[in-house]
Amino acid sequence: MFLTDYIRTVYKGVRSLLTGMKTTGYYFTHARKEIKTEEYPDNRATLTMFDRFKGEVVMPHDENNEHRCTGCQACEIACPNGTIKIITKQELQPDGKKKKAIDTFVYHLELCTMCNLCVVACPSDAIKMAQTFEHSVYDKKQLKKVLNNPGSKIMEGVE
Amino acid sequence: MNLLLTISFSSVASGIHNWLVSTIPNELLAKSVEMVIAGICLLLFLVPLCFILGYMERKVAGFMQMRYGPNRVGPYGSLQIVADTVKLVMKEGLTPTGSDKFLFNLAPVIMVVTCMLVLAPIAFAKDFQIWDINIGVLYVSAISSLAVIGILMAGWSSYNKYSLLGAMRSGAQIVSYELSVGLSLISIVILTGSLKMSDIVMSQETGWWIIRGHIPVIISFVIFVIASTAEINRAPFDLAEAEQELTAGFHTEYAGMKFAMFLLAEYINLFIVSAIAATLFLGGWMPFHIGHWQEFNHIMDFVPSSLWFLGKTFFIIFIIMQFRWTFPRLRVDQLLTLEWKYLLPISMVNTILVTVMAIMGWHF
Ligand code: SF4
Ligand code: SF4
Repeated sequence: MFLTDYIRTVYKGVRSLLTGMKTTGYYFTHARKEIKTEEYPDNRATLTMFDRFKGEVVMPHDENNEHRCTGCQACEIACPNGTIKIITKQELQPDGKKKKAIDTFVYHLELCTMCNLCVVACPSDAIKMAQTFEHSVYDKKQLKKVLNNPGSKIMEGVE
Repeated sequence: MNLLLTISFSSVASGIHNWLVSTIPNELLAKSVEMVIAGICLLLFLVPLCFILGYMERKVAGFMQMRYGPNRVGPYGSLQIVADTVKLVMKEGLTPTGSDKFLFNLAPVIMVVTCMLVLAPIAFAKDFQIWDINIGVLYVSAISSLAVIGILMAGWSSYNKYSLLGAMRSGAQIVSYELSVGLSLISIVILTGSLKMSDIVMSQETGWWIIRGHIPVIISFVIFVIASTAEINRAPFDLAEAEQELTAGFHTEYAGMKFAMFLLAEYINLFIVSAIAATLFLGGWMPFHIGHWQEFNHIMDFVPSSLWFLGKTFFIIFIIMQFRWTFPRLRVDQLLTLEWKYLLPISMVNTILVTVMAIMGWHF
């Protein structure tokens, strides 16, 4: 009884070790195919980041220089770091009424932790995370960005 | 081409020997000059060997973990190890206050010297051996267990609890695994009937022991490789260093050249262990021979014996490296369980098996 248990342990141990060695042996012999390393500065031209990579917050604009931001400030409230400052203005509608609209969307890249909370909070899908990551600059001031393009206005039909 | 084939290491060695004896009349002087030459040759062989092993280890590790390993300095990163050596040499060789200065500085020297001593009876090629002592195997196992003195010395003199713990662990480890190593060496000694390295190699002329001795010799080969991996403190048995819990174990306090010596000793030990396994189980420099097929054996003889030796040695080095990059590390109690409950009983039974096999002549 004891002996069979003993032999079984030895057998199981040896087998699992050999399984491990088979795996690493496969990686070694198929190194060309299996290597996952991105040789970053060398492959800069062809490098594509994966979809869910969070590099910085951007505000997409369409071809008419229109964005979807209503200036509701939900993102500013959602941000845990105070990264976003939204400066609003009152805009005159064609029907004579005044309406709150965005003047400047200030984004401090140096404070952002890429947590994605602002993107989730936005009710009108105005902002998203971009895949860029080469953010280093020599002057800290350059990290403060205005996300809405100059002269842009809100897209038709976005409330 | 013909000339190249006739030049071998042994002819070069005996040529130098004859020339020395004829030019230097004093026999003692000639002997000592010869020894110095042998020592220099050994160093010239070992330092590049350690570079190659260091490079090989990083590449093997890289490939097994799906990355490239060093690939920036020199073609395919081959000069990385040179850059690292330069870095180590430039560093300050610190001796901590409170440490035992004499022992602290002596320990790395002892490590390197003991492992260079073990190289003496190893046959690198046909008739090319520094010292063909008639108790070669015994000598090897006796001297290689001296390495623990260097480790204990380093750990004790460092005045650091991590170092001391690492050294004590390695003491327990080497004392236990020595037994399995010894017993698996004995199985070949039983089959050969000699402790002399050259006899052991010659006895494999009709086939390597691992083939001729079939199952029992394969078992003792496996046990030898496992136990000697533990004896040279390599992962998965690197409890003396134990990066995860003891920072660097017995060489925590070492830096610069002294640390480089530990590294050198580690790689020389790796080479020695593999060379001994290759000599005893895979025939050393003996080409691949099958029984009495004269034609086949003759074709195999065309490959130089030194290449056979190095090829087999590097094969075993590769396996030991693969161990390191495949298996998780053992805990102290698991380490001792493995030795006392598994390796030792199995190798004891195996020794009996080999003895019976040798008496009955059940091998090829
Ligand atoms: S990603 Fe996070 S930290 Fe950055 S702006 Fe959005 S909410 Fe703030
Ligand atoms: S980006 Fe979205 S959440 Fe932020 S102010 Fe504009 S619409 Fe509101």
